Amino acid sequence: MSELKKTPLHAEHVALGAKLVDFGGWEMPVSYTGILDEHRAVRTGVGVFDISHMGQILVSGPSALAWLNRLLTNNLERLSVGECQYTFLLNPEGGVLDDLIVYCLAPERYFLVVNAARVSEDYEWLEKHLHPDVLLVNQSEAFAGMAVQGPKAVQVFDALFEGQHSPPARNAVLSLEIDGRPYYVARTGYTGEDGFELFCPAETAVEVWREILERGAAAGIKPCGLGARDTLRLEVCYPLNGSDLSRDTTPLEAGLSLFVDLQKPEFVGREKLLTQRTSGVARRLVPFKMLSKSPPPRAHYGVFKDGVRIAETTSGTLSPSLNVGIGMAYIPTEFARIGEQLEIEIRGIRFPAVVDKKPLLRPGRA
Amino acid sequence: MNVPEENRYTASHEWVRLEDGTATVGVTDHAQNELTDVVYVELPGIGKAVSAGEQICVVESVKAASDIYAPVSGRVVEVNDELSAHPEWINSDPFGKGWIFKLQPSTPAEVEGLKTAAQYREQISHS
Repeated sequence: MSELKKTPLHAEHVALGAKLVDFGGWEMPVSYTGILDEHRAVRTGVGVFDISHMGQILVSGPSALAWLNRLLTNNLERLSVGECQYTFLLNPEGGVLDDLIVYCLAPERYFLVVNAARVSEDYEWLEKHLHPDVLLVNQSEAFAGMAVQGPKAVQVFDALFEGQHSPPARNAVLSLEIDGRPYYVARTGYTGEDGFELFCPAETAVEVWREILERGAAAGIKPCGLGARDTLRLEVCYPLNGSDLSRDTTPLEAGLSLFVDLQKPEFVGREKLLTQRTSGVARRLVPFKMLSKSPPPRAHYGVFKDGVRIAETTSGTLSPSLNVGIGMAYIPTEFARIGEQLEIEIRGIRFPAVVDKKPLLRPGRA
Repeated sequence: MNVPEENRYTASHEWVRLEDGTATVGVTDHAQNELTDVVYVELPGIGKAVSAGEQICVVESVKAASDIYAPVSGRVVEVNDELSAHPEWINSDPFGKGWIFKLQPSTPAEVEGLKTAAQYREQISHS
């Protein structure tokens, strides 16, 4: 077994007493004080996550826009400088290789933030399709990342920048240069709450992390691990690549057509998606809620309808906010309707569940 | 970590307290700390017969489901029903309100063969 990779904040996590786990080859904090505690902090106050394991790929050159637009599903033509967009990288069969966020830093200059476990594959895929007018640089080692999430995130932003900068608008990114080094602060996140994702040079990561904790103290900021990140994202039905998305599922099946522009003349996977749109998808990724007290549903549990196994869960947990088991599964389209009753099999016993609407939780209105 | 002197322990982190021929079983402070927030306890059925080392019930945290093993052979005579409403007691009071079930051991001497507090402390100091 190869040694686990460590982010520049690893020693900080150890010093804070975090429980560490293997996450896609990275030794990452799963929690510090407890998943429920950290979950609550993000829903009611503010928390900070180390997201340095995520990958960053810089794409630039005179053909960057046109080239990327033929590889990604969303339309980059609609993105102005300083904005970002959620999008997919597909294989020719329309299957999801990765879901990512593209930040437009300047005309023909894009910053791609990709999933940790996908960095090398994504980079190789991009390289394989490379155009001579495009420069591709894997900056994953050079950048660290931190996500400040929660209703009090703006308070932390203001404490950090002392009024020198206004918080970027939702889905916008602020490019800063501090001591000659690049910093990107985006109003994005993976929790459903307001918040920021800050990317900084790896060598300043410890300093930035400490500043966030120190200046965020007045807002009650808490360091949060991947455990809470998972329960938070699942409550708002954000998919996790490798669980809810894979090479064998398309964005249309995942109910994410909002991030696919089929009006674009060309992009990898488009033909397959067009066919699917015309003929209709055979299954859809839907969220469900348990109807009674049950053990927490988890990934790979059987989903039954009228005694017949029709699917397998892709994600599941006890929702700390709703205090009920929740999850997601690709359900045959005929049953993928809100209100449809299903059963989830947990250790041989079937518990009732119901297909619910996305998101299962609307932050701020819970 | 709290390791009360009067209990016996298993390598799989259960504790056992023998009183009037009945063995009360729970998970240790170390185990609850590793499990993190317990959100669901699947209790064994009363009357269930088990052999030492056999999986007997399940404790679930937000993150994972963990099997609990019978420390000694015997029959389940009582379960802590209150854990259904208060699974978090396993975290807050693992040796008290967080007890899980009681066994009528088929061979009470088996309890003597389990780890002492000192031996268990030694075990967790290496983990």
